[in-house]
Amino acid sequence: MSKRLFVILSLVIIASFILPACGGGGSSTIKVGLLAPLSGAVPTFGISTQQGVEIAVKEWNDKGGVLGKKIELVVADSQCSADPAVNAANKLIDQDKVKFIVGEVCSSASIPVSEIVNQKKVVQISPTSTNAGVTVDKDGKVKPFTFRACFIDPFQGLVMAKFAAGKGFKTAFVMYDQGNDYTVGLAEAFEKSFTELGGQVIGKETYIKEDTDFSAILTKVADSKAEVLYLPDYYNIVNLVGAQAKDKGVTAVMMGGDGWDSADLDVKASEGGFYSNHYDPGDTRPIVVEWLKKFGAAYKDDQGQPKVPDALSTLAYDAANLLIAAIQKAGTEDSTKVAEALAAISWEGVSGTITFDALHNPIKGAVVIGVAGGNKTFAEAIAP
Amino acid sequence: MNAAINQKPSLLETIIRKRWLGKGFLLAIAILALWKLTISFLAGPTIFMQQVINGFQLGFVYALIALGYTMVYGIVRLINFAHGDVFMVGAFVSYYAIADLGLNTWPAKVMPGLPSWLSTAIGVISVVLLSMVSCAFLAYTIERIAYKPLRNAPRISALITAIGVSFFLEYFGALPIAFGPNFVTYQRPFEVVNWVISTSGIVALEPGVAPPDNTLIISNISLYIIIISLLLLFILNFFVRRTRVGKAMRATAYDKPTSRLMGINVDGIISVTFAIGAALAGAAGVLYATAFPQVYFAMGIIPGLKAFVAAVLGGIGSIPGALVGALIIGEAEVLSAAYISTPMRDAVAFSILVLVLLVRPTGIFGEPSREKA
Amino acid sequence: MFKKIPRTNLLFFGGALLVFLVIQIAISTHLLNDFWSTIIRIGGVMAIVSLGLNLIYGFNGQFSLGQWGFYAIGAYTAADITYRWTNLNEATGLSILLIGVLLVGGAIVYLRSLLGKIRGLDALSAFTMYFLATLVLGVLAVYLGQWVGPAVAGLLLALPSGISLQIVFVLAVIIGGILAAEVSFLFGLPVLTLGSDYFGIATLGFTIIVKVLLDNSDTMLGFAEMKGARGMIGIPKITTWFWVFLALFIVVLVMRNLLHSSYGRAIVSVREDEIAGKAMGVDVAEYKILAFVIGSLFAGLAGGLYAHINGFLHPSSFNFIRSFDPMIIIVLGGLGSMTGTLVASFTWALLLEGVLRLVLPQGFETWRFVVYPLLLILIMLVRPSGLLGTYELPFLRQLLPPLKAFSKSNSNSANPESGHPVPLQEATK
Repeated sequence: MSKRLFVILSLVIIASFILPACGGGGSSTIKVGLLAPLSGAVPTFGISTQQGVEIAVKEWNDKGGVLGKKIELVVADSQCSADPAVNAANKLIDQDKVKFIVGEVCSSASIPVSEIVNQKKVVQISPTSTNAGVTVDKDGKVKPFTFRACFIDPFQGLVMAKFAAGKGFKTAFVMYDQGNDYTVGLAEAFEKSFTELGGQVIGKETYIKEDTDFSAILTKVADSKAEVLYLPDYYNIVNLVGAQAKDKGVTAVMMGGDGWDSADLDVKASEGGFYSNHYDPGDTRPIVVEWLKKFGAAYKDDQGQPKVPDALSTLAYDAANLLIAAIQKAGTEDSTKVAEALAAISWEGVSGTITFDALHNPIKGAVVIGVAGGNKTFAEAIAP
Repeated sequence: MNAAINQKPSLLETIIRKRWLGKGFLLAIAILALWKLTISFLAGPTIFMQQVINGFQLGFVYALIALGYTMVYGIVRLINFAHGDVFMVGAFVSYYAIADLGLNTWPAKVMPGLPSWLSTAIGVISVVLLSMVSCAFLAYTIERIAYKPLRNAPRISALITAIGVSFFLEYFGALPIAFGPNFVTYQRPFEVVNWVISTSGIVALEPGVAPPDNTLIISNISLYIIIISLLLLFILNFFVRRTRVGKAMRATAYDKPTSRLMGINVDGIISVTFAIGAALAGAAGVLYATAFPQVYFAMGIIPGLKAFVAAVLGGIGSIPGALVGALIIGEAEVLSAAYISTPMRDAVAFSILVLVLLVRPTGIFGEPSREKA
Repeated sequence: MFKKIPRTNLLFFGGALLVFLVIQIAISTHLLNDFWSTIIRIGGVMAIVSLGLNLIYGFNGQFSLGQWGFYAIGAYTAADITYRWTNLNEATGLSILLIGVLLVGGAIVYLRSLLGKIRGLDALSAFTMYFLATLVLGVLAVYLGQWVGPAVAGLLLALPSGISLQIVFVLAVIIGGILAAEVSFLFGLPVLTLGSDYFGIATLGFTIIVKVLLDNSDTMLGFAEMKGARGMIGIPKITTWFWVFLALFIVVLVMRNLLHSSYGRAIVSVREDEIAGKAMGVDVAEYKILAFVIGSLFAGLAGGLYAHINGFLHPSSFNFIRSFDPMIIIVLGGLGSMTGTLVASFTWALLLEGVLRLVLPQGFETWRFVVYPLLLILIMLVRPSGLLGTYELPFLRQLLPPLKAFSKSNSNSANPESGHPVPLQEATK
């Protein structure tokens, strides 16, 4: 092939890439975007979230949609990290012309996305991002378009600190991923609360999420004879640490946060541990029982049994409902009005009655779940 | 400046000729490192020794992977970036073998009369063998499809292809139809037993009971890893030094055109080298997953990189070098995680590499450098 | 009176202007939305990085994986300066770094002339001296900068905020580039003496060390606003297509002129045959360093621009896997071809983040990472010399011998590095 032909071909290829940029008309549906980590470190989070949102959307559509239009769910994979989440958000907003987004799951992704949505006036509600910095900027002012459906980390850290202190533990060792806003926030919150309640944090170690060998840190933990090992990270890291901890003679009780909540949590490795969470499937409130039935009918787990929804699906369901209800309440698709409606809404969700405070955070209680004998069981409920 | 031959050289000249400035700089760093190590040791000798043992465990696994890199580079001068991903495939194959097929339990089922330690051992070896064979086959396929056509192409093309194969293995493995994007908890092929070593003897560690002070903990995982690695290294060494194929491999690595003239089937030998390297990586995959029981599609990237550094450190192309380099890197990793900080450990490993290269440009056991810059 | 301008020059400048205007208009009229304009700007930034790497590897023959590390240095440096300016209204960082790079730059130039007179000084000792000088001057710059900082801030505040922001931005990017160049000088001095593969590995180590340092930037290095491994946010998004294009244009011009000059011929001669070059009196070490430093300067500039596109930086974007991106781009485009690099960078950006994300059905987005390496392997198998091979636009074309790397005598089959004399029939090719 002659060289000139090659050059022309290359330029034509480039030109043809620009063409798809033009396009995209109006539609007769209301588009709701979903930013979820379907690949990357925590895909069960993303799948659970997607399942929860899909049930909510289906319910609304079965009742005729909202504002007379059906709801169309546009899903984008954001991989629980900043760069892909920003790209996905841009694509949703610019290409798909979405004005309402449920997402992201992970705080480290939600924070950069929140900057974009506030700039482009798109309503964002995160089902599970617990870091305080998601809804407020660094001056402490609330971001008008960003909301969340869960409690925040300062509260979550307090919950576990209270629990640990309540069990009589006096010494704790904290280990966290220094590259994750979620873990950093939780670790700080726990340390602050635990110290205030009379406990002592006798060791702190950091790692990065690519690490697999925790033997060095765990040897230190064992040596420190701490009673509690606070590990507020996602389930994949908990599995690794838990498996190695027993081998290194660590006898501390492992504790963590809602990142533990996953069907993939290795119950053998985390045996004897506790974690704070958003809701308990064993709760007897009728709305919870109803929710379990709905979810189990729609989704089956690997063994073919009706799947028990984890906190992520539940919060995603609540978040999507909140968002769509706000659209209905505002009576218009204008995102500013919807944001205002959302800020003033009160909604009976599966995870509790949700109203937002001035910083767009719901006022909710937490539960502590224990891992014992291969099962996750309810341990305690702690109110705000 | 260049005085007459009979005159004693001035101090300045000596400093420059004997390169004292540069050497002084490196010496200063070495002294700092030794100082830090000594302090750490004195602060807590048992913990220090415990970390050293942790490092050995890691180092041996890296050694198995590093051997693959070093052998392939020695023979075709290719940095096989896909090697780390072959390691990942080995780990996954063994996972399916244990979790789905229960391969590690076949001796107990078929020969119930065997003592339990023997049937466990045979079970584990079966799993390892399965991984080794699968990876060898995979590497052979990759070599035939992607690398062989580029034997006469510029080296950079082969390198980019290797990178492409690596990405492909990772992301294809991440697809739900393959291994899936999840972090899968690995089932170890044997029950973990920990022993506490103290001055009063060796006692089994009970779960839930904290070990007393000044004791070392060794788990049977480390024993399995070290024993299997040494076994494989011994077999490899025997193979390379005492068999005809091994001799052919050494000859091809030394001088390919002449080997061809001497009647060696160079293409076949290259394929065999790839296969052997991959088999070792497969074994490493099983061992690594046993020690750190989580397998996922990207698990091969970082161990692959560290093993590569180890191979270069020891002198790429040299088999004993790969072992020595890997042990150094394993130790450096664990000790820097323990005494500096965990996130810095990659930086320490690489700094060691760069510094060693400055002193010995082809690695510790490497061939003397031929290039004069 | 009116000197005749060569036609190739006119075509090139005219074409460049046209390209700029077309895309600028498309962006301003929102024909191209944010999503696409970001991709195009990233393409431009990658082009600058890749051109730098092409200079180091394609033209100078040094296999370097360190380009990405310098990219990271440039990005974080520039980001920190503008961050402090926009969020804290302080110009101390700017002053420290400005004074620092100028001092160190001057010291390097001075030391080079001084040390050049000493015969037989090996690279490592020279490095030690430069390193010590840099440390001393660095400390000095910190004090001076803190002293001068408030005054500079006051001066800038007096100007309208838009203009002062642009001034700080331009200075930040340039400082980022120069800092990267100086680091590359220090690092390159001892490391370029290693053979080509080991040099590559050492530069890979450099990239990883930089990434680890960035991961710890808030804990160990004390830059709290960089937030270490969590990623830095709050950087002003002021890289427009105009700036990207301007930088790219200047880089292309500089590189073209460099390669057309005697320096360029010397650089290429190092790639072709070091020993023959030395025999002809070419100071090989000198030109290796020259190419390395200039290439890293480009990488630093590109980094500074990149930081201000999305407004946030994350150390994971600078990990060693991503460091292969510029290498892949220049090989795809054709080593030793500037045009190829330009085409390949934009194609790469458009393809990977743009087209493949859209073309694949929803739910199969992650397949784009499977398609991408397959395409890569395919292209390497079918056309190993890259899409454009050694083709160059007439303006950029140099009168140089064909790239040795693609002639038979450098392939694996008759590898001179096996340590034995190349058989006679190969040597006379």
